Amino acid sequence: MSSIIEIAGVSKSFGGVKANTDISLTVEEGGITGLIGPNGSGKTTLFNSIVGYHPIDGGSIKFEGQEISKLLVPEIARLGLLRTFQQTRIYSAMNCMENMLISIPHRKLTLRDAFRKNTVEDNEKAEHLLEFVGLSEKRFLRAGSLSFGQQKLLEFAMALMNEPTVLLLDEPTAGINPTLINGLIDRLLRANSEFGITLFIIEHNMRVIMNMAEEIYCLAHGELLASGSPAEIQNDQRVVDAYLGAH
Amino acid sequence: MDEILFNIRLLLDFPIVNLKIIIDGIMIGALFALAAYGLALVWGVMNVKNLAQGDFVIAGGYVAYSLNQVGIYPLLGVPLAFVIMWGIGWVIYKTIITRVIERDLFTSLLATFGLAIMMAQIMNLIFGSDTQSVDLGLPTWFLGPSGIIDLPAAKVIGVAMATVLAIAVVIFMKHSRMGQAIRATAQDSRAARVMGIDTEKVYAFTFSLNAAICGAAGAIIVMIWVIQPFYGITYSVRAFVVVTAAGIGNLPGVIAAGLGIGAAEQYGGHIFGIGYQQAIAVVLLLIVLFVRLMQQRRIRQVLK
Amino acid sequence: MTRKFYINTALLILTILAPFIFPVWKTQLATLWLFIIVALTWDMTGGQMGYNSLGNIFFYGTGMYVCAIIAIGMYFPFGEWTDASRSETWKFTDSQYFTGLILGSLGAGVFCALCAYILGGLFFGLRGPYFAIGTLGLAIATGEIVSNIDWLGGGQGVSMPIYNGDFETFKNIIYYLFAGLGVSLFIFLNWFYKTRFGAAINAIRDDEEKAEAMGIHTLRYKLITWSISAFFIGVAGAISAFQLIHFEPLETAYQTINLGIFMVVCVLLGGKGTLWGPVIGAFMFHVFKEVTWNYFLGWQWVALGALIVVIVVFFQDGLMGYLQTRFPEWFGIKVVDKDEKEIIAEPAE
Repeated sequence: MSSIIEIAGVSKSFGGVKANTDISLTVEEGGITGLIGPNGSGKTTLFNSIVGYHPIDGGSIKFEGQEISKLLVPEIARLGLLRTFQQTRIYSAMNCMENMLISIPHRKLTLRDAFRKNTVEDNEKAEHLLEFVGLSEKRFLRAGSLSFGQQKLLEFAMALMNEPTVLLLDEPTAGINPTLINGLIDRLLRANSEFGITLFIIEHNMRVIMNMAEEIYCLAHGELLASGSPAEIQNDQRVVDAYLGAH
Repeated sequence: MDEILFNIRLLLDFPIVNLKIIIDGIMIGALFALAAYGLALVWGVMNVKNLAQGDFVIAGGYVAYSLNQVGIYPLLGVPLAFVIMWGIGWVIYKTIITRVIERDLFTSLLATFGLAIMMAQIMNLIFGSDTQSVDLGLPTWFLGPSGIIDLPAAKVIGVAMATVLAIAVVIFMKHSRMGQAIRATAQDSRAARVMGIDTEKVYAFTFSLNAAICGAAGAIIVMIWVIQPFYGITYSVRAFVVVTAAGIGNLPGVIAAGLGIGAAEQYGGHIFGIGYQQAIAVVLLLIVLFVRLMQQRRIRQVLK
Repeated sequence: MTRKFYINTALLILTILAPFIFPVWKTQLATLWLFIIVALTWDMTGGQMGYNSLGNIFFYGTGMYVCAIIAIGMYFPFGEWTDASRSETWKFTDSQYFTGLILGSLGAGVFCALCAYILGGLFFGLRGPYFAIGTLGLAIATGEIVSNIDWLGGGQGVSMPIYNGDFETFKNIIYYLFAGLGVSLFIFLNWFYKTRFGAAINAIRDDEEKAEAMGIHTLRYKLITWSISAFFIGVAGAISAFQLIHFEPLETAYQTINLGIFMVVCVLLGGKGTLWGPVIGAFMFHVFKEVTWNYFLGWQWVALGALIVVIVVFFQDGLMGYLQTRFPEWFGIKVVDKDEKEIIAEPAE
């Protein structure tokens, strides 16, 4: 396995606040990588740096060997590096099917393809994926009228519709009914194994991340604190201290 | 083209002409800064982009003009225009603006655009489309070698009054209870509401104050320049140029940009001819927008 | 399906026969089609893509000038034609007139589309109010600059060639040109909004950041949409130039607050972001305009300003938007989950 995202020495500060200091990590192709850390430790900032929401102060971010730290958001997304939002973002005025059909991988379309109507296969795929996340019955409802958890699932389905190479998920289980979490873990694992999508996940729920990730990175105060397999992270005293605030 | 080259050569050969242009530009720029300050206030406090800003200026000018017609001393027109435009601003706030705050941005923009058309046309119906001005009957001084720089006393008084007004507004914003409430609302209207500030009252006050500032600026402009019912849009554009260039809540920036744009317009008018005066104001807007856009792009953002 | 077919056919026949059924209103009907065209094109960016331009009139005016330059320049030196002091009178033959009309209109459309593509690269970095003000600035500035260029006729404007035949035929020609352009635009949009492209620009309207994050070619789609829109406005401007015979830069071509704002009002009246909204809105506005322009003597502009304020403040979704919220089932929109409703209803029985 080779690494698909390589982050080397990335720093980012907002005014005087250092959100990320000299962070280096790699995401293995085809695997599931976790990113954990207490609130305010700079996880979402790092995600935003990767997908191009703001310039970074220093360091390099490479995707499939290509430097992307100077590219704009749509350019990075078109390389197949996709993210979901912590506060979900969907097109709330449209129904779920329309949301799914808009999410077809436009980067793979030629202009001539874009000037065609959606094919039967597109529709089938959208319905299939909605069924995959369990929203099949609600497919003709306005997306804005769904509950927060359902919107999250819809956003996840939209991301899958887009056939990304790598998917960055920002707290996929936050706000989701605890009884549904096992189902979601199962679906994330299947997205990884069946669709071959590399996952890079920010997660607060330790049970979730420890069960899924092969490699976990832990941030604290904007710095990389520890990294390793779930077992190593669980037994790392520094990580435990960071979460308990002993720092 | 030859004409343009000739005008540029004139500037290089006779540096004193530059001084005259800069003095003229700064004087008129002071009034642009005043109108722009009002726009920045309304923009920052209630997020309304007022496209009728210039028409408030012109309306203030016509108030002073009408008062002069009935025999009131022109200089008194400035404070009176301030008071009357305050009232008009309050009425407009209560009838229109209060209903578009907190709606999407295009709503307030278009509503004030409609208001601008209405105001310009009403003024056109009442006063006709000829240019008007008020003569103070004061002397003009001539300075420099062979008196090349003409300095009408009216302009000096006008700029002095604009400065006094600006200082008064700044002191008011810094030290009065209402001024503090306005600044608090601008920073975070929800927090201000939670802390017991009546934001509706603050909005009404801010909008009226803006209309009053514009009115006073217009009353000064009618003394030193001319007004016409349809000149409003150009003043709106100028106010937008200044605010876009300086940013909201940046008072020194607004003053600097206002004076700079006054000077730039005078230079443009000198080089390209007086026919381009309106065009220059608008082209400056486009230039400022794109400079800001390039700055934003460098930090991977767009201008919104 | 069949009912829709009958209605559309009936409307098409009405469009074709209109100048013979209402011969007195030929000019008004042509103007109605102009309003429909500019409203539909404005809605492409404003309603469907979320970019509210206040300066689309730029393409109308530019279309007029480009058309004049091509139509006249093909047969006579343009600079001398616009020279106010010229003494000789030049006349167009029928073949010159029609080749000028056709090539001038097409040229105007293509030129405007190119302008939109190039300008869009700059303007689409501006969002929300900045885009609106920027485009407004573009239209005002161009009008002012054009009125200072002598070669383009300066502030006096340009006189177009005159049709040799009788006046009624001329009016018919203009009507059918506008109607043909309008109908083809409508048919085009009917298809366009159903494609993936149409869905993508709706995504840009609803949440551009999300659309970007999903890898949609936002800039490319915006440029193409604005270019298509500009093409149709440009051709409409070209036809207007021939219709009006004489046009001025500020009053006719770059008429920022007349047609430039009419198109926005039409769309808002009918309903943004719908296919029929701009058409219905153009009809409503045309009626409003005829009434106020005839009966309000001098106050019509004040009435127009008031209309804008009232629509924007109280009736922003327009007629179609009102119908959509009032009767969503007409438009196939499901808001409430019917199954959930039944579950809630059961215990009560």
